[in-house]
Amino acid sequence: MNMTTALARLLIFPGLLFAIPGAWFILWVERKAVALMQGRIGPPFMQPFFDFIKLLGKDTPPREGIGGMLMKAWPLIAVSAAAGAVGLLPVLPSSGGFEGDLILLLALLEVPSMCIIAAGFSSRSIFGEIGSAREAVLSVSYNIVFLLAILSIAASQHTFSLETLAQLPASPLRWLGVLALLICLPAKLHLNPFSLPNAEQEIYSGPMTEYAGPELAMWELSHGLEWVAATGLVATLAAPHVTFGWLAILIFVAFSFGIVLMLSAVASATARLAIDTTVRFYWQVTLIFAVLAISSALFMRFRS
Amino acid sequence: MNLWNKLMCYSRRRSPWLFHMNGGSCNGCDIELIASLTPRYDAEQLGVRLEGSPRHADILCITGPITHNAVGAIKVVYDQVFGPKAVVAIGSCPATTNVFIESRTLDGPLNKHIPVDVFVPGCPPRPDAIIQGVAKAAEILAERASKKLPVAPVVMPLVGEGCGGACACGGSGGCATKEVQA
Repeated sequence: MNMTTALARLLIFPGLLFAIPGAWFILWVERKAVALMQGRIGPPFMQPFFDFIKLLGKDTPPREGIGGMLMKAWPLIAVSAAAGAVGLLPVLPSSGGFEGDLILLLALLEVPSMCIIAAGFSSRSIFGEIGSAREAVLSVSYNIVFLLAILSIAASQHTFSLETLAQLPASPLRWLGVLALLICLPAKLHLNPFSLPNAEQEIYSGPMTEYAGPELAMWELSHGLEWVAATGLVATLAAPHVTFGWLAILIFVAFSFGIVLMLSAVASATARLAIDTTVRFYWQVTLIFAVLAISSALFMRFRS
Repeated sequence: MNLWNKLMCYSRRRSPWLFHMNGGSCNGCDIELIASLTPRYDAEQLGVRLEGSPRHADILCITGPITHNAVGAIKVVYDQVFGPKAVVAIGSCPATTNVFIESRTLDGPLNKHIPVDVFVPGCPPRPDAIIQGVAKAAEILAERASKKLPVAPVVMPLVGEGCGGACACGGSGGCATKEVQA
């Protein structure tokens, strides 16, 4: 891969030029799907775009000192990390050069959630602090399962390279890992059964309570990009590999769309769980599942 | 007006985010405001979203006849909403203090304390009247942002109390019957 194709991947597909409209599209699909399942008509197609533009045009709160600078910085860091994660997705086969591995992708996916925690605490609003504490507890709970699932996939296929993982045929063990990843996605994206951190109306808006205008627009964008990256990761691992360029893009988009619909269905069918139930769910129910996946992956590896 | 401004005005009109505040209301208007978001009325078609934090909102929806206790809170929340912003007074109470007039616990009406843009009359107003009022406020919001002029408050017409526009009055409220829309 030379410089031009690397730049094209970062900036065009699956990078920024694809990812930002993709993020808006996914946000719309989620809202529309929830509306249809509740028997409503739902927002128009361009709604997330209008929301974004409107937020850009609103006044910004005056922020002073180091705390204010940090509060301005968190959403920007979150957006750039999420955009970087999307740029790493191996949708098109590359020809050498820089290819990110699974560990880098996971680290970048984790940054927005860290930023949310930090943003809530640096806003010094009591609701923000409650939201951040919840986000931290939630992140400790689901990340164990999330990382074990990724590790089991990598161990069963003997590689951490995303490119190779996307090309290898899926083994039954990988499906177990993908299932464990899917269970973690609602918590990662703050969807309904696990929407504790930003619990609307209950603790105002959680960590985002003090944010307004362009900063809030950046948070919305980073949330959308997280959607693209997280669904894209699962789509990469689950989709069958084809070498033909356009078909690969089509399959990737179709799989992402299917995952978004599935997550929206779960979100509209469930109510918010309390924090202790959520933590118990991840530590008692799904952890067993993830440990099973990784132990069988390691066992298979020693056998072969 | 250049293209960016046009896009901004259009976006403001299409994406009103609400913050709902109770100024001593009997909860009648509050449940009607929530009803306007439910499947039957579905205000989300207009891009309306009920926000948890006043910092996120564009339109402040206030119900109730403004009690002494509520005045301070209303002023604080009004300042917490960042501009451009609009205020919608929902129900007859914030407009005139309604049946509670001259009560010693009240400090109303609402426009004594903060500028109000749209009054939605009714006790309580129907959800469709509330949606109409919010849409009007979103228009005012876009207008105000582009021209930087103060806009005079708008009093919305009373939308068919009871009949819901099903009878000959056509939703103007002239009939005052209690027929329920089929």
